[in-house]
Amino acid sequence: MARFRVNGVAQELDIEPEMPLLWALRDELGLTGTKFGCGVAACGACTVQVNGNPVRSCVTPVSAVEGTDITTIEGLAVNAAAALSPVQQAWIDHQVPQCGYCQSGMIMAVSALLTANPNPSDDEIDGAITNICRCGTYPRVRKAIRSLTAATTA
Amino acid sequence: MKINRRRFLLGTTVVGGGLLIGYATTRPSKHSVANDTLAENGQSFLTTWLRIDPDNTVTVLVPHSEMGQGVLTSLPMMAADELDADWDLVRVEQAPATDLFANGVLVKGFAQSMGVSVPGFLDGAINKVSEIMNIQITGGSSSVRFTGENGMRVAGAAAREMLIKTAAARWEVPESELTARLSHVHHEASGRTATYGELASDAARFEPSPNPRLKEPHEFTLMGKPIPRIDIPAKVDGTAAFGMDARLPGMLYAAVKTSPVFGNKLVSVNSDVALQRRGVVRVVELDDAVAVVADNYWRAKQALAALDIQFEATANDQVSTQSIYAQFDTALQGELNEDVEEGDTPTALAGAATTIDATYRVPYLAHAAMEPMNCTVHFHDGKADVWTGTQDNLGIRGRVASISGLDENDVTMHMFYLGGGFGRRLPNTTNTIDQATRIAQQFDVPVQTIWSREEDMQQDYYRTAVTSAFRAGFDASNNLIAWENHYIGKNEPAEAAHPPYSIPNKSIAYADSPTHVPLGAWRSVAHSQHTFFLESFVDELAHKAGKNPYQFRLDMLRDKPRHTAVLKAAAERAGWERNLPEGHAMGIALQESFGSIVAQVAEVSINSDGSVRVHRVTCALDCGRSVNPDTVASQAESGIIYGLTAALYGEITIANGRVEQTNFNDYEMLRLSDSPEIDVVTIESGAALGGLGEPATPPVAAAVANAVYILTGQRVRELPLKNYRFTAAPVERVA
Ligand code: FES
Ligand code: FES
Repeated sequence: MARFRVNGVAQELDIEPEMPLLWALRDELGLTGTKFGCGVAACGACTVQVNGNPVRSCVTPVSAVEGTDITTIEGLAVNAAAALSPVQQAWIDHQVPQCGYCQSGMIMAVSALLTANPNPSDDEIDGAITNICRCGTYPRVRKAIRSLTAATTA
Repeated sequence: MKINRRRFLLGTTVVGGGLLIGYATTRPSKHSVANDTLAENGQSFLTTWLRIDPDNTVTVLVPHSEMGQGVLTSLPMMAADELDADWDLVRVEQAPATDLFANGVLVKGFAQSMGVSVPGFLDGAINKVSEIMNIQITGGSSSVRFTGENGMRVAGAAAREMLIKTAAARWEVPESELTARLSHVHHEASGRTATYGELASDAARFEPSPNPRLKEPHEFTLMGKPIPRIDIPAKVDGTAAFGMDARLPGMLYAAVKTSPVFGNKLVSVNSDVALQRRGVVRVVELDDAVAVVADNYWRAKQALAALDIQFEATANDQVSTQSIYAQFDTALQGELNEDVEEGDTPTALAGAATTIDATYRVPYLAHAAMEPMNCTVHFHDGKADVWTGTQDNLGIRGRVASISGLDENDVTMHMFYLGGGFGRRLPNTTNTIDQATRIAQQFDVPVQTIWSREEDMQQDYYRTAVTSAFRAGFDASNNLIAWENHYIGKNEPAEAAHPPYSIPNKSIAYADSPTHVPLGAWRSVAHSQHTFFLESFVDELAHKAGKNPYQFRLDMLRDKPRHTAVLKAAAERAGWERNLPEGHAMGIALQESFGSIVAQVAEVSINSDGSVRVHRVTCALDCGRSVNPDTVASQAESGIIYGLTAALYGEITIANGRVEQTNFNDYEMLRLSDSPEIDVVTIESGAALGGLGEPATPPVAAAVANAVYILTGQRVRELPLKNYRFTAAPVERVA
């Protein structure tokens, strides 16, 4: 049995311990907001937060997240106790997404970064946000992050 | 109530007490499902693309796929603007995949009337008359300029005229005394007002004008404004559904391994090994592939990896990048097909004071859309349902029907957002769809076939590799008098290798040199390679002539005012070669594609490890006029990063007949850390609308490579740049 909480809800799944969290979320729990992009931790499309830390779920076996609190894109706003989390709102304000496929992972990575480090330097942003966006939304991703950090510093 | 088919084409008809205006560019649907879909109870219709409901909402049906280019917003803006609709009351729906919304005729007809060459991948499909009804393509940067200009705007304007006529008749006042504003018709003199919803059903008495008056740009209320995209909210909270997100009761998942050497057949597989594993339902053997079907994708993928799969060996197993390049070199020495012949190039070259030769090359490229290829199919009750994201819903419907032997009427498409298109999800690139159909045929539950990233990268329809050889000649006063260019492969679009510059003698020709590597349209199609070639070689010529590359181009564009304006705008905005930090240089490049003209200036330096760093790209763009300026900017940013990724990293190589790259660790992508600042300036020339999805991609590679030359004295004639280790050795700059 794999046991963890997803977006505040306790889950108990009779699955193989080595099943990556990504496929437990998508195929067992039907939470399709978390995306499959590469399967080898190279793109970040599958990023979720485990106890608040960004984790690439495609290479994270469920055995490694036993007993943890997992947040997916579906649960991000709920945690923020608002319709949208600040990162999601900034994404709308800056019209960041294009095709949108990478954006769940991008938003999960950014919100984890800003929670841990509300005022990151450019180098810290570059180091933490290594997600691939094939549509090239990077300039807007940076602007949207900066709009949030400016607000934090002000 | 059924639609009156007789009067459908360019006529009006009553539907459910309301109105339908047919601006369909085709005959009425032969498919009953199309008619039923349109005629839901209680709704009034205005034209094929517009529906006005009694509650005064306007619904715009968009026949193109949303893949991030903003088409679900920009097309409705065009209709709503002409209709003078209240944007807050506008709803947008994806038009169903039925032939009422086929846009093939529209695209081709209007493309030609506007003097734009139709990309060959469209043309080929359209010319088969039997397939005319099966084209619902989003590609060739066509949506806004063709469907938008000729469908959406006309439909909106015609509907507005009919609503005005209706109010005039109802109130017995002249039409000239009426105004339409924010989904209401007003009669100022008497203070009367009516909503469009109140007028819609009576409007059926009037014939729609085939040529309604369209607004002048100064009358626009929505077009030209940065309207937020309607698809974005769902893309920040995880609710936007992509093809891979289809979830259906009882569904199974298929993982596939296709012969890594394209086209080689399956010989054997030890299926038993997979069948013993948890969750595995069946192993499906296809002609050139094996699929494992299980109750969870990871289980299917693991079981597939455990199999010993044997494919046949063929002569293609010997093919490599080196053998392909050697084949190209031989082909260029053989018989060539004429592309452009102007003046007398051989004589001009023979008499030239100086000549310069250079041979350029680019590798194959994969699309690598962020969402790996996938398709879900459910066969049941002699019918099929298909869930996938595609640039061509009708084409996919036809494809599934023909593979399974069903009537198209019995195949229902369920449309999804595309996790990237870039040409990969166009018609005639259906290997995933074909497999998904054949796999699902063996089940009575829905089966979702998902390609791993490795399959996606190794079974693509690639941007072709190309070799392109140039020779140019200058006269004694250093004027460029002759241009000879021989390259591999017939171009789509045909003009991709034509320099915009005035050169008196030009001889351009190509050699066909097919290989077993499957090819497809890749963002900007042949422009992606030829702009790199042309704009790099022109830069070489500028330096050879002792001229500043920017001025050299300007001098040869005297008869091209739009090109000149764009080039100047880019140079001025970038501050061409002014105040550059130590160790930085600028390169410039220009190209017209899909009706838009784009110039880019790249500011570049060389890292201490000899790699290239692009700091800033300034992009000037003339697409006629911006329908949604924010979308124009984001498409330009996207196109630049797509092109820059290819320039820096993009390289698919072939060894032993198969693609060597497997995933993002060996087919690298630009990331946030190496993403340049991008500054987009648009020029509203008022020319016919140009495309947006593609034109920003071509110039960036040459702009960067031209800056690299200034920094290092090394001319980059082959991409990608990651294969070089540069040493800074600045060349003399000419002001
Ligand atoms: S899918 Fe997990 S990092 Fe790419
Ligand atoms: S928005 Fe398409 S991959 Fe990022």
